[in-house]
Amino acid sequence: MADVKLEDVNKVYENGFHAVHDLNLDITDGEFIVLVGPSGCGKSTALRMVAGLESISDGKLIIGDRVVNDVHPKDRDIAFVFQNYALYPHMTVRQNIGFALKLRKTPKSEIDTRVEEAARLLELTEWLDRKPGQLSGGQRQRVAMGRAIVRRPQVFLMDEPLSNLDAKLRVQMRAEVNRLQHDLGVTTLYVTHDQIEAMTMGDRVAVMSKGYLQQVDTPQHLYDHPDNLFVATFIGSPQMNLVLGTLDLGGADPHVVVGAHTFSLTPAVLAERPALRSHDGADVVIGIRPESLEDAALSDGRFPSTIDVVVELREGLGSEVVAHARLDAREPQVETAEKDPDAAFTGGSGVEVVARLDPRTTVKVGERATLSVDVERLHFFDQASGLAIRS
Amino acid sequence: MTIAAPPPVVDAPDEAVHPNDEKVGASVHRVLSAVPTTVLWALVVLWTIPSFGLLVTSLRPGSEQFGSGWWTVVTNPSFTLENYQNALFDPPGGSVPFAEAFLNSFAIAIPGTVVPIAIACAAAYAFAWMDFRGRHWIFIGVLAMMAVPLQMSLIPLQQLYTGGAHLTLFGTTFILFPDLDLNNKPIAVWLAHTAFGLPLAIYLLHNYISSLPKDVFEAARIDGANHFGIFWRIVLPLAKPAIAAFAIFQFLWVWNDYLLALVFLSQNRDASPLTVQLVNLVTSRGQGTELLPAAAFISMIVPLIIFFSLQRYFVRGLLAGSVKG
Repeated sequence: MADVKLEDVNKVYENGFHAVHDLNLDITDGEFIVLVGPSGCGKSTALRMVAGLESISDGKLIIGDRVVNDVHPKDRDIAFVFQNYALYPHMTVRQNIGFALKLRKTPKSEIDTRVEEAARLLELTEWLDRKPGQLSGGQRQRVAMGRAIVRRPQVFLMDEPLSNLDAKLRVQMRAEVNRLQHDLGVTTLYVTHDQIEAMTMGDRVAVMSKGYLQQVDTPQHLYDHPDNLFVATFIGSPQMNLVLGTLDLGGADPHVVVGAHTFSLTPAVLAERPALRSHDGADVVIGIRPESLEDAALSDGRFPSTIDVVVELREGLGSEVVAHARLDAREPQVETAEKDPDAAFTGGSGVEVVARLDPRTTVKVGERATLSVDVERLHFFDQASGLAIRS
Repeated sequence: MTIAAPPPVVDAPDEAVHPNDEKVGASVHRVLSAVPTTVLWALVVLWTIPSFGLLVTSLRPGSEQFGSGWWTVVTNPSFTLENYQNALFDPPGGSVPFAEAFLNSFAIAIPGTVVPIAIACAAAYAFAWMDFRGRHWIFIGVLAMMAVPLQMSLIPLQQLYTGGAHLTLFGTTFILFPDLDLNNKPIAVWLAHTAFGLPLAIYLLHNYISSLPKDVFEAARIDGANHFGIFWRIVLPLAKPAIAAFAIFQFLWVWNDYLLALVFLSQNRDASPLTVQLVNLVTSRGQGTELLPAAAFISMIVPLIIFFSLQRYFVRGLLAGSVKG
């Protein structure tokens, strides 16, 4: 086992495209790190550089205690799981899993034992003599995993290994990969574009966008304390709502004005975000998670700040009601992660907000509703830089 | 038509015509859809008749062959295996027996197929998956060779084989190609067939090998395979269909070749193949003409066997299951 360290790693392609900028990442021994971001953000390139499938233009890659920038992939002691499995179609499952060992001239008997051990772990024993073409997607995926674990590598590298599976199998394999990684305790770098996979699987999640690392943290901390607008809008589904507000902290009642509404900022809110003071009187971007909004009729006055909205869509999910509503406020002109496709409900004036409401709510489509706002869980961002305003 | 309303009386004739129309339409469709099959069968029959006639003629005694057409066997059947017997083992006028020429053909066709394929596989892999300077232009150069007509290079080749190639500059003579005295040796024909088969072989195999999924190569690299390992354990097994397809072409081409064998081997009767011997079977005094159909048929057997035993590689997709889908 080993830790992996990326120090100011850059990737510039021959055509001049700068895919990864100054990537710094410290992966401790046995940790499961998920690299997540929209397609084209450089996450796969970063992973392939760690694997040695792409050269490193600049910076240092350290696995264990050696710099491996110029070490051949096979000598880096890593295993790679590909998105489309990349099995050898003319070999049986047994030969596929044992291929790396065979190339290393491992004795036949040891290959057999290790392949069978891996197969048992992955419940592939009865398929060992089949060819990949005769297996289902999930089984092929497990063969690809088997090929990785049989080598007992220092590091697992996985490039969207679950994205070709159907939804149900994906959930199942998610748990299985997690269990396997936990049991084997191998340092793992896992790439995905699916933020749910990232949140559920990673010990820590690294969010990337446009070749830059945005933030690395535990899933919960990432969700609760996003460093910038990109992370705030990328993590979480439905997406965080963004509205423009004006801070007014001068008087006895510090507050922020959002359209026709005023949210009082409690001392606790200000104490936690001392940097807000320096934005007094300025416009800031306010992020409201959908679950920070509640039907005012059901919130027992716990949250004094409210907004009046017109409900445009109501999606009852049983456990909750997701309401899409229009708020008369200014929409911030800032760069964010791509919008949820199912939230692309544009048109009309004001800002569309999405709220996750208690299922007992009585809001109706086309009618006005009053939603209470949990002010303590608001997020504030600088309009120009997109950075969180905290300390 | 609605179900609720009973059909009015005036509609009755219409209804009577309607199913008929449908029947006509269906039968027209049936006739039309049978056209391609019928045409194909007609072509098969048309093109098989000469071969069939050859087979029948080869089995008739010499006197009968000259007396009447092969179709008269229907009314006057008389068959013999004598022609085959004589052609294979005892041709008139001291010609080389066909059994020997048969082996000579193998001795030319097998190396003439295996050598270019072995070289072309390695070259195709290099062009497809190895990064080296000038790869693109060298590949284009190789493809351009396909435009060189075979006939144009016969005399230069023969000169190369008999005298080598020399270049004299400032009084010093450089040997570009040594005089190996290859003429009239089978290796002369092997080399020529290899040279002329390579461009197409490289082109076909390159197309196939470069379409193999990239991930598989990367997986093999991580598993610890070097270029040779990838070539030997991954590319060759996966390229089998393409190799087999080209092998059929090349083998048939070499087996049926007359020109190269005539130019480079005609002085060496012990090494010349079926195609050359077939012509020599008839002596200057016209003996042995009756053996020609039998001999021609013998030379056809091998291509037929090759084709039918390898044709499944044309259709078999070996790639199923490599990547999803």
